[in-house]
Amino acid sequence: MALTDTHLTERSAKFGAAEGNEGIIRCDACPVLCRIRPGRSGACARYANQDGMLVRTDPVVLLQQAVETGQSLVPFAEGAIEWDGAILNPARTFVTGIGAGTTYPDYKPAPFIVSQEHDGVDTVTVVTEGIFSYCGVKVKIDTDRHLGPEAAAIRVAGEQVGHVTTAEYGSQMLSLGGVRHLTGGSRKEGNVTCDTLLRLCNGEAVELTIDGGHAVIVEAGKPPIVDGKPESRMRVGCGSATVGIFAKQWLGQVDEVIVVDDHITGVLTEHQAGRVLDMRPAGIRVRGRKSTPGRYFQVANPGMGWGGTDITDPLSIIQRIDPAVAWPGLRLLLTSTTGEDAQWCVLDKDLVPQPAAMPAGVRTVVDRIGDNCEPSVCTVLFMAGAGGSLRAGVTENPVLLTRSVQDGTTRVTLGGAPAMLWPGGGITVMVDVTRLPKNAFGYVPTPALVAPIEFTLPRALYEANGGHGAEIIPVSEVVRTFGGAARIEPMPLRNPWPLKAGG
Amino acid sequence: MNWQGPQVGELPGGRLHLQHGPIDLVIKAESDADSLRKAYAAATLRFQTVLGQLAAELPLLRCPLTGETLPLAASPVARRMIAACWPHRARFITPMAAVAGAVADEIRDVMLESASLRTLYVNNGGDIAVHVAPGENLRIGVVPDPGTPTQMGQITVDSGSGIGGIATSGWRGRSFSLGVADAVTVVAPSAAAADAAATMIANAVSVNHSAVRRAPAFSLDPDSDLGDLAVTVGVDALPTSLRREALDAGLHHAQGLASARLILGAVLTLRGETRICGPKAGYLERLDS
Repeated sequence: MALTDTHLTERSAKFGAAEGNEGIIRCDACPVLCRIRPGRSGACARYANQDGMLVRTDPVVLLQQAVETGQSLVPFAEGAIEWDGAILNPARTFVTGIGAGTTYPDYKPAPFIVSQEHDGVDTVTVVTEGIFSYCGVKVKIDTDRHLGPEAAAIRVAGEQVGHVTTAEYGSQMLSLGGVRHLTGGSRKEGNVTCDTLLRLCNGEAVELTIDGGHAVIVEAGKPPIVDGKPESRMRVGCGSATVGIFAKQWLGQVDEVIVVDDHITGVLTEHQAGRVLDMRPAGIRVRGRKSTPGRYFQVANPGMGWGGTDITDPLSIIQRIDPAVAWPGLRLLLTSTTGEDAQWCVLDKDLVPQPAAMPAGVRTVVDRIGDNCEPSVCTVLFMAGAGGSLRAGVTENPVLLTRSVQDGTTRVTLGGAPAMLWPGGGITVMVDVTRLPKNAFGYVPTPALVAPIEFTLPRALYEANGGHGAEIIPVSEVVRTFGGAARIEPMPLRNPWPLKAGG
Repeated sequence: MNWQGPQVGELPGGRLHLQHGPIDLVIKAESDADSLRKAYAAATLRFQTVLGQLAAELPLLRCPLTGETLPLAASPVARRMIAACWPHRARFITPMAAVAGAVADEIRDVMLESASLRTLYVNNGGDIAVHVAPGENLRIGVVPDPGTPTQMGQITVDSGSGIGGIATSGWRGRSFSLGVADAVTVVAPSAAAADAAATMIANAVSVNHSAVRRAPAFSLDPDSDLGDLAVTVGVDALPTSLRREALDAGLHHAQGLASARLILGAVLTLRGETRICGPKAGYLERLDS
């Protein structure tokens, strides 16, 4: 495969220097400074001299847009270009930043500046791998189980890599990484943090321990494993919501229901839902602080027991039973907000709850709580600021790039995956790591993460904004010269096509 | 210079990955968690400067060893290389013949200084430094043909074996070879010693035949320490008699090194044919070829 495109040839100057007249390139990737003859690689086998160009042997990743469902790539008869049996249509190929390499110092043009037509508009995608010191991951863990107190330190191998942050509905939230752990602490703290982020971003499982809390194994897209026990369900709602949802289905089958929950424990006959159904007050007072009728905060401590509390004996939640209101034979259901824990009791003649076999009709409703719970998963969002000198590789006037990203003219993708742009100053983006191709993230020993990033904008605007116009390569050229060497992956169907405006 | 610095990573199975330029180490130790942390930290710290120190002394390390005066090198890894290659200087050798093994030995030793480890291996692209505490053992698979990675057998290392290193050389490997062996695997008291010996034994597995294609080393790598020596670039089908002649030449050389106590054993392979040099009873007997 001959590399003939003049733009591509010029790229070699960024990585190595030609030496003598035998086509030898001196590689400056490491202190060995190998002199590499054409067609051979350096001592590391990572860099090679391909017809006078120093090339990375780690392949760049091209995303191929499939027109039909399924994993296989769909060949196009018309205008197809052949590569070793694999067919890539430039019009449906997106060049990602994965394996593209970085250029440092950043004022050199980014490794690939690719032009491509989309809907009749000539667009430019600037493809690079950014080195992010300001980066981290936000982890959402769908569980009510107490993982650790808010703001508690999260550790890996004894080093603090982040903290517990504000819980969301049905989910515990962790904030990991960030510049303070990466470069603001000890070297070890930085390395452990970098490694933790890298593994999470590349879809590996990582065990985190929380000060004053528990150990949780987090893997993007998988259920969390808390203290060795895999979590299966999110709660259907808080205890009060559970009472509200299922009150009518319990009517006639029970005299009282207590839904145990770490946030709000619900008591059916006191709750608005029970009142509306004209249920008779049962006189069973639960522990905790009453919020509004039938809704109690802090019935117990957070823990690994029922409903995210430390309760393992559900009857311990009962503070007292009013003999003037309750009656022998009263039928009491206690359940958690996932239906995983449930106990049926009947009050004896001394008004003491006695466990008994749960009637089938009640069991059906308890099971329905479980059926209505969503599967518990961990989601990992990579968050980074691309506001630094990385922008200089895109354009000679970086603030114009920032502004055009902010106003939506320039779209930012990471490995072809759509990025959520945080409004305000700078280019702060978040991306779901499961939407990127495998092993899209890398690291440098600074320590900092390396992530692919692509900026896509109309060509005219790119040139007007001081873009590196002379470095633009048509996508057909990238496909022709790198198609055989690139890693080609089908575009995930749930990602919008990166070139599509408003996607 | 915007050189890439050393890369530190973790691999599945509790292994540490250190990479810098051409050095690629996969390290695994077994011990308690605290000792592992200390040992991996020591390896990572030492690794920061290994390549830089080597690069600084490359001109010296690429010079053939001759005569009676041991060249004086500044860095510990360079000294290990020179010491390991010195006994072989009757034939052409430069300290570079032991570079991979010497780096592995250096990292193993700093790890052992920092913590007590039950077992440890430092695998530098196939040249492996090992440590086994009394009562423990470590099994290393032997794969004669890198093209078809099937295991020919295992070498079991225990504390009484005296084995500190295992290294493999051959014309298909990443360093140039003067010979035609697919692989020569050597066990020796250190990885540097094994590395140097494997290079020399592989060089000795040699024949002159039109099926063997050679080219001057500098024509492939202008900086090669082998200069204008003809290195093997391809081996087509060899007559059986020549194959055996080549292997026997290599075996003879290996036996000489074994009787000089420079190596503990060697396995030589060429197109499916094997020679084993080593004590009759012991670790090499455990190879089921």
